[in-house]
Amino acid sequence: MTYSFELPLLALLMITAAGAILVKDLISAVFILGSYSFFLALVWAWLGAADLAFVEAVVGAGLATVFFLLTLFQTDPKDHTIRRTGPPLAALLGLPPLGLLLLYAANDLPAFGDPASPASMHISPIYLENSLQDTRTPNVVTSIIMDYRGFDTLIETAVIFTAGIACAALLRRTRT
Amino acid sequence: MIHPHDSLIVRTLGRLLIPLVQLFAVYILFFGQYSPGGGFVAGVMLGASLIFAILVFGPDAPSSALAKKVLHGDGLGLIIFAGVGGLCLIGGGQFLNYANLEVPGLEPSARRSLGIVLTQIGVAIDIGVTAVSIVFSLAFIGQEEDADV
Repeated sequence: MTYSFELPLLALLMITAAGAILVKDLISAVFILGSYSFFLALVWAWLGAADLAFVEAVVGAGLATVFFLLTLFQTDPKDHTIRRTGPPLAALLGLPPLGLLLLYAANDLPAFGDPASPASMHISPIYLENSLQDTRTPNVVTSIIMDYRGFDTLIETAVIFTAGIACAALLRRTRT
Repeated sequence: MIHPHDSLIVRTLGRLLIPLVQLFAVYILFFGQYSPGGGFVAGVMLGASLIFAILVFGPDAPSSALAKKVLHGDGLGLIIFAGVGGLCLIGGGQFLNYANLEVPGLEPSARRSLGIVLTQIGVAIDIGVTAVSIVFSLAFIGQEEDADV
């Protein structure tokens, strides 16, 4: 079975996610979050989404860690203000049935890579069949995000530009 | 405030790794049409190499001069991306329909390939500059900046 790789990866993901939340020292939490991103990149690579794995490894494990660390150096690496209380009774009673319901619903999801699933029937075949002749780009992902869906990517770029401008406007005191 | 790192190992590795990372980022940027990668990842890697130089050698070192110069290019990538879309409008088509880029001697499919390359360069510049800009914003909170930053 293929589960020999997936199950340890799932366990590592859950352990690192829980560790990032539970650890008191925030710098340790940042590094555990970086390792979580790395394991998530392995999951994407395992599922065949190499572009996404690339982005997750570079952004999640690399850049976001640097941003978090720089923020912590300017503030406080210890978590003093947030008091950790136990989960409320409603969450303890309500969340397990909700998880069971979600697992029950997951049975009806189409199988991974099913060619008859709605996601693979609608517009994906058009892209897969025509993108090489249309754009001379063997990587279908690149031709979709930069050409067919170029407008989305333009707005995403504008969003990131706005984030940089907002950081500069909020955090830089003097500007000469 | 970021001080230069005083470990010889870190400094030597930084001197070795930063050009390699930049070379690999440019490879990913221009090979993104044939393999995984593309403008977004290439921009993050270019930005990360400049951030690495700042973190290892300090913001005042000669190695970090490029990172400071790069800050003046904020918004240039977005202008390139939107400008390619505008050129498509001038060529008589829809916004961002690269088949209308007026390049003589190219078929529509080759024009779309060219448009993808140009917009990827725009995305890479935008992401890289924004990453360096956010690091400079975060690292110098509440400090009087030098005039040349």
